[in-house]
Amino acid sequence: MKGSVISSVFSAVQEQGRAALIPYITAGHPVGDSTATVLHALADSGADLIELGLPFSDPLADGPTIQSSSFSSLQNGTKVENVLAELSLFRAEREIPVVLFTYLNPVLRYGLEDFLLDATESGASGLLLTDLPVGADYGVERAVAESPLDFIRLVAPTTREERVPEIAESGSGFLYYISRAGVTGVRSQLRESLGDEVAALRSQVGLPVAVGFGISTPEQAREVGRASDGVVVGSALVRIMDESGVEAGARFVARLRAALD
Amino acid sequence: MSKITQMQSGRFGSFGGRYVPETLIGALDEVAVAYAEASGDESFQDELKRLNTNFVGRPTPLYHAERLGEAAGNRDVWLKREDLNHTGAHKINNTIGQALLAGRMGKRRIIAETGAGQHGVATATACALFDLECVVYMGEEDVKRQALNVYRMQLLGAEVRPVSSGTRTLKDATNEAIRDWVTNVDSTHYIIGSVVGPDPFPRMVRDFQSIIGRESREQFLEGLGCLPASVVACVGGGSNAMGMFHPFVSDEYVELVGVEAGGSGIESGHHSASLAAGTPGVLHGSLSYLLQDSDGQVLPAHSVSAGLDYPGVGPEHSHLKDMGRVRYTFATDEQALEAFHKLSELEGIIPALETAHAIAYVLEHGSSVNGPILVCLSGRGDKDVSHVAEVEGRGSLF
Repeated sequence: MKGSVISSVFSAVQEQGRAALIPYITAGHPVGDSTATVLHALADSGADLIELGLPFSDPLADGPTIQSSSFSSLQNGTKVENVLAELSLFRAEREIPVVLFTYLNPVLRYGLEDFLLDATESGASGLLLTDLPVGADYGVERAVAESPLDFIRLVAPTTREERVPEIAESGSGFLYYISRAGVTGVRSQLRESLGDEVAALRSQVGLPVAVGFGISTPEQAREVGRASDGVVVGSALVRIMDESGVEAGARFVARLRAALD
Repeated sequence: MSKITQMQSGRFGSFGGRYVPETLIGALDEVAVAYAEASGDESFQDELKRLNTNFVGRPTPLYHAERLGEAAGNRDVWLKREDLNHTGAHKINNTIGQALLAGRMGKRRIIAETGAGQHGVATATACALFDLECVVYMGEEDVKRQALNVYRMQLLGAEVRPVSSGTRTLKDATNEAIRDWVTNVDSTHYIIGSVVGPDPFPRMVRDFQSIIGRESREQFLEGLGCLPASVVACVGGGSNAMGMFHPFVSDEYVELVGVEAGGSGIESGHHSASLAAGTPGVLHGSLSYLLQDSDGQVLPAHSVSAGLDYPGVGPEHSHLKDMGRVRYTFATDEQALEAFHKLSELEGIIPALETAHAIAYVLEHGSSVNGPILVCLSGRGDKDVSHVAEVEGRGSLF
């Protein structure tokens, strides 16, 4: 049944009166640690849902940190099928839903129908395609929408208001609000109007709204968590794991979680 | 791929589209609307025409290259002299048009990607002319290969930002330009240099470049009283070829030939021949033929010419290939270098290394064409002189 896993996570955290913590990692990074191990570490540290990046050679929506994690993962030989295998190892033991975050080309090359089938079988709960905005390719969009995976769609600060209902309609699980125009990456400050924008979006759509891009400290996570249903932290976590290892990353996730509790 | 059957606007058959982050959708709509308005606006067209005439130096001559023809075994070889445009290549046809459009949209900041540096120079030139801020992204590898053009851009007041990610060439410069655009989309217009990228860029750049084919067609009809039997152009992203081919597409008896960069040979894996050896995929906002591995990762391209060193190609070329309207072939680095020398010695014209691929094709296959051959001499080779000297073991000239 579509969407049941992710929806129930958001219902559960709403009951606890907090936002969901959604850490992002790039599969196959840090090089030398198995992706299943990293996923377990995040789950043990209080993640509610995990975004797993399937690396692409030309990540044009990503800033330097995720570019570099993708590059080193691919250099180390990461393939779609290894990532799905690691995912299924993790999901065999844990309930925490995992959303695959990637670009369209690796999915098309794998074969769209095969990918949707294999990703579902490996235990993925959702799919986010950064370069497939609503209306870009109805054939692909319909196939994802008809699959058991939740289709995570994005709204940007530059999205015209009249597009929002169509975006919300086409998505499921949750809606991802991009905190500011730009690529992924650490920002020292959040925009002042962010809270109002998220509040306006939440009142407009029937899905939980998670916010990402640039959230890098527990303080920022707390601030964004007050206004939204979920907080995505990517580059900051990838950087910590890159510099100080998976355990340091796990401790950072625990601090983020404490800030949301 | 058979699943992608939906025909949507901004497509050439199944190719093209708008595969971009959501953040850019508003900006693409804005460009599309501004371009549609400008296309129907006489004052815009007049201004473009005035600049093409007085600033760019159009129309460019159609030159009968008799000695080249003799060497090729076809006495009727004609060169469309885009190398005589201001800044030395066809690229300026597009940048003047897009810079005018940026002015209409109220954008004061321009970004561009460049490979060989010709598009960067043409963009920097247009920005100087219209007093716009200009940032050009260029792969580190190309910054080295094309030092002369880097300095030209700087002289024109542009900031050149070397790109050190990925393969450090045109593909990565394009990634970086798109990232800049996503970040500064309110203030900035992105002048894409080829018929690539998301809609409306492939058709808009094609339209601005189609002046090449329109003039050539008229020049042929007026001067020779016929159309060429064969039209030849080099293809990297494919803007000079698209501009040359477009006005001839419905002349079904005119053969159209696109020459890609064969690098060290297709079987070597070191080449940039996306149409000859690629498979459909999504890069830089559109679906087109692409050099990619079995996991959908984009493969590094290779060519002795920085301007053709790109793993993708404009989506309309992919469509023309699948329709069978254009025949795409390739010339290797070695053949291009030989043609570079030949044209210099035979005609007193030093071609760009990119263009030398088209010349190489004519030298090899000219004798089998029954009728006049029209070649797009897309750019001049001044920028390549030092690089060629280095490749041929004469050391660096600078």
